[in-house]
Amino acid sequence: MNRMALSLSLAAKLRWWEFALWACLLCLPFLLPSHALLISEITVIALFAMSLDLILGYSGIVSLGHAAFFGMGAYSAALFAKHINPDPLLGLAIATAVTALLGAFCSLGILRGSDLTRLMVTLGVALILQELANKLDFITGGADGLQGVVMGPVLGYFEFDLMGQTAAWYTLGITLGVFVLLRQVVVSPFGFSLQAIRDNALRAQAIGIPVHARLISVYTLAAALAGMAGGLQAQTTGFASLDVFGFDRSADVLLMLVIGGTGWLWGGIVGAVVFKSLHSVISAWTPQYWTFWLGLFLVLLMLVGRERLIRPWTWGRRA
Amino acid sequence: MLTLLFDGVAYGMLLFILAIGLSVTLGLMNFINLAHGAFAMAGGYTTVLLMQHAGLPFLLCVPLAFVFTALLGALMEATLYRRMYNKPHLDQVLFSIGLTFMAVAAVDYFVGSTQQLVQLPEFLKGRTELWDGALGMGHYRLAIIAVCAVLTVVLQLLLVRTRFGSQLRASVDNQRVAAGLGIDVNKVFLLTFAVGSGLAGLGGALGAEVLGLDPIFPLKFMIYFLIVVAVGGTSGLTGPLLAALLLGIADVAGKYYVPKLGAFIVYSLMILILLWRPQGLFSRGGK
Amino acid sequence: MNTRFISRLMAMALLCCVSGVWAQEAFKIGLILPMTGPSASTGKQIEAAARLYMAQNGSTVAGRKIELVIKDDGGVPDATKRIAQELVVNDKVGVLSGFGLTPLALATAPIATQSKTPMVVMSAATSSITEASPFIVRTSFTLPQCAVAMGDWAPKNGLKRVVTLVADYGPGIDAERFFKERIQLNSAQVIESLRVPLRNPDFAPFLQKVRDLKPDALFVFVPSGAGAAVMKQFLERGMDKAGIKLIGTGDLTDDDQLNDMGDGALGVVTAHHYSAAHPSALNKKFVEAFKKANNGLRPNFMAVGGYDGMRVIYEALKNTKGGQGGGEAMLAAMKGQIFESPRGQIYIDAQTRDVVQNIYLRKVEKKDGQLYNVEFDVIKDMKDPGKAK
Repeated sequence: MNRMALSLSLAAKLRWWEFALWACLLCLPFLLPSHALLISEITVIALFAMSLDLILGYSGIVSLGHAAFFGMGAYSAALFAKHINPDPLLGLAIATAVTALLGAFCSLGILRGSDLTRLMVTLGVALILQELANKLDFITGGADGLQGVVMGPVLGYFEFDLMGQTAAWYTLGITLGVFVLLRQVVVSPFGFSLQAIRDNALRAQAIGIPVHARLISVYTLAAALAGMAGGLQAQTTGFASLDVFGFDRSADVLLMLVIGGTGWLWGGIVGAVVFKSLHSVISAWTPQYWTFWLGLFLVLLMLVGRERLIRPWTWGRRA
Repeated sequence: MLTLLFDGVAYGMLLFILAIGLSVTLGLMNFINLAHGAFAMAGGYTTVLLMQHAGLPFLLCVPLAFVFTALLGALMEATLYRRMYNKPHLDQVLFSIGLTFMAVAAVDYFVGSTQQLVQLPEFLKGRTELWDGALGMGHYRLAIIAVCAVLTVVLQLLLVRTRFGSQLRASVDNQRVAAGLGIDVNKVFLLTFAVGSGLAGLGGALGAEVLGLDPIFPLKFMIYFLIVVAVGGTSGLTGPLLAALLLGIADVAGKYYVPKLGAFIVYSLMILILLWRPQGLFSRGGK
Repeated sequence: MNTRFISRLMAMALLCCVSGVWAQEAFKIGLILPMTGPSASTGKQIEAAARLYMAQNGSTVAGRKIELVIKDDGGVPDATKRIAQELVVNDKVGVLSGFGLTPLALATAPIATQSKTPMVVMSAATSSITEASPFIVRTSFTLPQCAVAMGDWAPKNGLKRVVTLVADYGPGIDAERFFKERIQLNSAQVIESLRVPLRNPDFAPFLQKVRDLKPDALFVFVPSGAGAAVMKQFLERGMDKAGIKLIGTGDLTDDDQLNDMGDGALGVVTAHHYSAAHPSALNKKFVEAFKKANNGLRPNFMAVGGYDGMRVIYEALKNTKGGQGGGEAMLAAMKGQIFESPRGQIYIDAQTRDVVQNIYLRKVEKKDGQLYNVEFDVIKDMKDPGKAK
């Protein structure tokens, strides 16, 4: 079943198994209260990965600097909560809006050039933002990180507790909302035009799709959602530091998306769960050298072909 | 100011030697190899370990680093990289990131994460001052410039005057036609990758003193190599050479005159250049 | 059933009853260290020291078994915070410890306050850390302690015009500020203050700038591990020959790296709270035991912070009879402890919960063919100047 068939099969109507999966996810904070922190962390990263799927899986833009938007969202939300208003939802909205503006601006940079150019430009943007955050330490706290962010209660009622329950529900709720939205977007004419651009930009242009306009809009949307994820992270942990812009973060989310599978929205969620679970398990066993096993896993995965991971029935066959 | 220029040129030449392998690999095999830094690190550690444990002199270890890394590159090309040529760029990027992570963790495990210090031979340690201190030239950096200049000339001669060179240039221009003309493209790939990796290893060995050497070396400097390749283009040697020199001088001068902005300048410059000419400053167009 | 069997059975039953009375849960110590990433050497030293302390003093205190839960945060503050939260909520640790860098400690402070868990900072060195939470106790040091010591020594030894070069983060800024204030008090001046980025520092252009300024001395603070790079560049630019004296805090001549720096490091004067060459019997024993357990690795000031941190925890456990009274009682038992550490005598100030210790002035010299920081002067019982304001 190739990629096109898979995306077509993800038709406008939500399938039963999607409802079932989401029901399970929403129950998790109930079933595993001691892991509430981990759940909210995975959810935030899953949202981040979904936003990357929009540009990578659906539009074919290879980005090594998506963390730029994650970081922008994180710092915006944290600064807003600290200096203006500690309400989480308001802060989240502001963070998303600010990052959308940044995304619109940066989208001008990825329009031209080859894959390598895009890689460099996206990487460069993330690095510049990291440097900026470092230099403007009177605003951002520099290398020490932004301290003293205290969040108000969600919807005026649910305080962020030490156990992480509120955080888990909050992040899951927001991510579900985004997922439903994106689900509609990717099966709309807009979504299919993106896939056409991904597969052959020249041909897409020839049949009248405004390639540049589409790329700008999808990049802005993806940036806004990544900013939302960053904002959620800052709000649930009460902290923002320079690593939100780091290359590690961009690389990790790329990995997760690839593990889960690009181009079918669930990839971000599946990838985030698998990656974080792998991380927890392997780190408990060898905290210092888990990147080695991660690297090995990646190498093998790429050699074998990444679509195969989520299709166990292909494991026996040769490519 | 002249000293700054000197330092910048030394840094740039070193970057050139480190990055040229990446540039040729990209141009030839259209393969984005982010693990290039790992080969450089391998060269650096080979030198350091040989010096520390086998007691070999520095001047012997550097060529050995080249040989060892070239062999390593040839091995990896034949076994692993070859299978990745026809895969999409994303897969190649992730594959090479995976290799880098493995290399970084392996080195950390076997050698430890502290900065490795190279003990240079005495004659390389001095410094010459000209014109009453206006130009201060560290002997080591002078040596780096000399070695890299010689290598550049040798590479250029290889590319232009030898049969292998023309086979390489043909394969870069159009692989299919070159194969059709009877050029053994696989062999060209293998040798080129090996030499490119070897040069990276050599650069790593030379650079251990100047750039520092620790397990996260590939991650720290990858961005610089990529800048050289993206800005300099992938056809020929002059593009990357000029890009590397530009990068080296801009970096050193930026940190001296405007230390508050530092690396900021380099990244912004790169983005601006790429926006203006997406295929690189000096390339002839195409990928 | 014969009598012997019955008596054995009764003995066992009695034993079970008795141990049932005494047996308590294990006391868990959460140790969060950067085991990977640029500060990995810090994590390694502290872990080794903590384990050494446990090996030397047993793993049972006041009837409770001690369990050391070591986690890697990679030097990323987000991870530290999350790990701390998990340790407190899931593993129910009695004490949080470690914290290789300032941002890591600052990020965790709210967790300590919220959960009323004592937090023993074994490594981070910015003055304001102990003020971030009433549950923080520090066993490492603060930069102002060393910077002030240097600020006194330098002008007395003919160094009147100094350039400062520090890493651009909390401890570095502390060092810069306190050195400058002190040296100005002693009628000398800082002619220029340079800050190097914390990540990927390239010292060459900065040192070139220093050379062009022609000061009497260069005062340096860089985090543990980066000292070698500075030293190399300093020597390569011929700055020692140009008459510029290299001074700084002890992180520059970290015992971890000092021996590999080569003879060019000889004569460098630094101010710090610990040297592996400290001539006390306790230190000799400590260094030998450490080297033996770790393949000849020399302990540095990070290790001593970890070693003493464990001591503080153990003593507090003994005084609270196994942690009765929860976090607040442990904290009270940690404050005011006075004891001899491998570095000399130290005490934990009851008001500020910060460490009060001797600051030594040392010079790099060769002893038994190896480079060591040899102490030649001492300022006794120095409190953190950052709090005295």
